[in-house]
Amino acid sequence: MEQVQVSVTVNGIRYARAVEPRRLLSDFIRHDLGLTGTHVGCEQGVCGMCTVLIDGQTARTCLTFAVQADGVEITTVEALGTPAKMHPLQRAFWEKHGLQCGYCTPAMLLTAVELLNSNPNPTRDEICEAMSAILCRCTGYQTIVDAVESAAGAMKGEAR
Amino acid sequence: MKPAPFQYVRPSSVSDALAALARYRDDAKVLAGGQSLIALMNLRLVKPAVLVDINRLSDIAYIREENGTVAIGALTRQSAVESSGVIARQCPLMAEAIRFVAHRPIRNRGTVGGNLAHADPTSELPAVAVALDATFVARSTDGQRAISAADFFVGLLSSALASKELLTEMRIPIWPAGQGWSFMEVSPRAGDYALVGVAATLQVQEGICQAARLVYSGVGARPTRVAAAEQMLLGGPANEATFRAAGEVAAGQVDPSSDFHATGDYRRDLVRVLTRRALMRALDRCKKGA
Repeated sequence: MEQVQVSVTVNGIRYARAVEPRRLLSDFIRHDLGLTGTHVGCEQGVCGMCTVLIDGQTARTCLTFAVQADGVEITTVEALGTPAKMHPLQRAFWEKHGLQCGYCTPAMLLTAVELLNSNPNPTRDEICEAMSAILCRCTGYQTIVDAVESAAGAMKGEAR
Repeated sequence: MKPAPFQYVRPSSVSDALAALARYRDDAKVLAGGQSLIALMNLRLVKPAVLVDINRLSDIAYIREENGTVAIGALTRQSAVESSGVIARQCPLMAEAIRFVAHRPIRNRGTVGGNLAHADPTSELPAVAVALDATFVARSTDGQRAISAADFFVGLLSSALASKELLTEMRIPIWPAGQGWSFMEVSPRAGDYALVGVAATLQVQEGICQAARLVYSGVGARPTRVAAAEQMLLGGPANEATFRAAGEVAAGQVDPSSDFHATGDYRRDLVRVLTRRALMRALDRCKKGA
């Protein structure tokens, strides 16, 4: 099987791998790089579980081939924070009960990162619209919206 | 792995891409944003032997005003359209419609050209293109040709592009001063495929409708322009009664099919209601512009 060389930066670390062209970026991140924080759900672009940031913008990795990621910078949930030093969004999701099973949480967090980067003071409607890109079957979304709202306030306090 | 194996070709220039398409013809599919194609490949509904990845062709990613038109390169990401000042000023109908295209992660990667070439009749941009008399530029190793939006959408997921042609640009006439517009759709959830959408434009002088366009998504195999409803608006007073009557005419002209999501009758009713609402919104914007 034909293999193509891919060189990609993930969470600041450069990786070079040879992959089949049909390797999905979601499988590449999980199986080839061992970063299992990026989850896989429908694998047809509907659920959003596999969302990461590609050059700072959200993308569905099940709708991207690994070969297309050659030369880009990817951010996955592993880069956000640690239990000891959580990202303000992670802390807010924890405090506001923005998760139950946690399966959608990595995608929710990265979607919220993109939103707050481009719009630090989103309205509740704007938060709802952004977070609607990701399916959650547990929370009913209200606590997720609360968490993003709360994090936006906390991040403003931290800035500058 | 989900998709079937394929040969991967990544040209670094438009001319290399055209050469690859000329070589592989029907065996090849163009990979742009991949937001529809890769989903279909994951489901193995589509198994192209060769993928020609055009994502390195940065010279066909642009939005610019030139010679009385807005020119949009085929590789322009949908999110770039969403944030473009040129589109907001010169093509407000498209600016309004683009927000209905799936969700932001999809728009970050999905391209204008990919959306149009996919020719999904439930999609927003094909209806906008027909409503605005857009022109598409297709290139091949034989040269280049212009295709009007009215001729471009041939049928369900089927365009006028030949297998060796690459869609490189969409051109839209500069917005007429004072023209009102509205894009509306009804979908089960935000970001879902719409049941029915409408792209409407309206020009009014001294309370009388002078010109109108009504193009619907989701009611046929192609974006569906309803000329009879446009005609009946001309010369009529620009008010809700006229728009309601136009909605009745439009609903009588379309023949949407039933599926799992909605019956044909329900879709026809959406045509009726959306026509009135969209024209009311368009009228409001005519007044604001005047």
